[in-house]
Amino acid sequence: MSIFDYFRSKKTGNTAAAAKERLQIIVAHERGQRKQPDYIPQMQQEILDVIRKYVKVDQDDVSVQLDDSNNCSVLELNITLPD
Amino acid sequence: MAKIIVVTSGKGGVGKTTTSAAIGTGLAMQGHRTIIIDFDVGLRNLDLIMGCERRVVYDFVNVINGEASLSQAVIKDKRTDNLYILAASQTRDKDALTQEGVQKVLDELSTNYDFIVCDSPAGIEKGAQMALYFADEAIVVTNPEVSSVRDSDRILGILQSKSKRAEQGKEPIKEHLLITRYNPSRVNDGEMLSVSDVEDILAIPLLGVIPESEAVLKASNQGAPVILDSQATAGQAYSDAVQRLLGDEIGHRFLNVEKKGFFKRLLGASA
Repeated sequence: MSIFDYFRSKKTGNTAAAAKERLQIIVAHERGQRKQPDYIPQMQQEILDVIRKYVKVDQDDVSVQLDDSNNCSVLELNITLPD
Repeated sequence: MAKIIVVTSGKGGVGKTTTSAAIGTGLAMQGHRTIIIDFDVGLRNLDLIMGCERRVVYDFVNVINGEASLSQAVIKDKRTDNLYILAASQTRDKDALTQEGVQKVLDELSTNYDFIVCDSPAGIEKGAQMALYFADEAIVVTNPEVSSVRDSDRILGILQSKSKRAEQGKEPIKEHLLITRYNPSRVNDGEMLSVSDVEDILAIPLLGVIPESEAVLKASNQGAPVILDSQATAGQAYSDAVQRLLGDEIGHRFLNVEKKGFFKRLLGASA
């Protein structure tokens, strides 16, 4: 920090807060994936292939989620069909 | 039985080797017989940071392959008593480290040392997994920066699932967070993640915070671990981290902006 810095305007916002928010979201997402069994990505791909036989959908339009709560596992399949 | 400590991070260039050298030296200075092993096959650098690059004759892979004995390959540090170094191989392929081979070397060292510090390569591939597999404790080196924090979280996942302790259902690896290249002034300006931000995200106990310091580059230029520079903030922060690793509860320093005098401000001199 030199004398010249005092003449420079400080206009950079709080970028650290943005970094923290982005990290919290991505880390939570990746931790969720970590707990999933190894077969989930392949199963998702195969389900997608079956759907593609009938409807034109993208990879992003299908989400597969496995939730473990107590002793009950829920496999949630979410497909966004095109209009 | 030696305690095996892995220094890991996922991301490269965050200060794993600097940390391995500093922590290993610090443990030895406290009177514990310590060996630092470079697991970065193909990209050996610990020898340079420790200043013993011209004394490497045999390396880790030579020992695993039975081409040299441990006593031939282990280098005794010239500056610090109780400190030893085992260099990584420079030219061999990445598959040179086998789990059986590493196990054999660690078992042999275990009877002879108090601490074995494993300097992990970057990434989450085989080399990094080999470095952490046998660990009792892990120092996760993190810069207050998005990609480093994310990669540290991935490495934590691997520590919790792919280590020997995890596979055998034993007590999990004890995890320590070490934040390096910390710049309190940028944190104040909202330009850098704070210690508590990183702690919130990774949720593991904080071992230490090493401030960004010119002393780190000076130390590596000279091949002397920065912990030996007792004048430097980084050296002092590493000494504190070693004390905490050994169980002492001491407060964290260098978390706030150092107050500068009028002339320092005017002239822009940096500490």
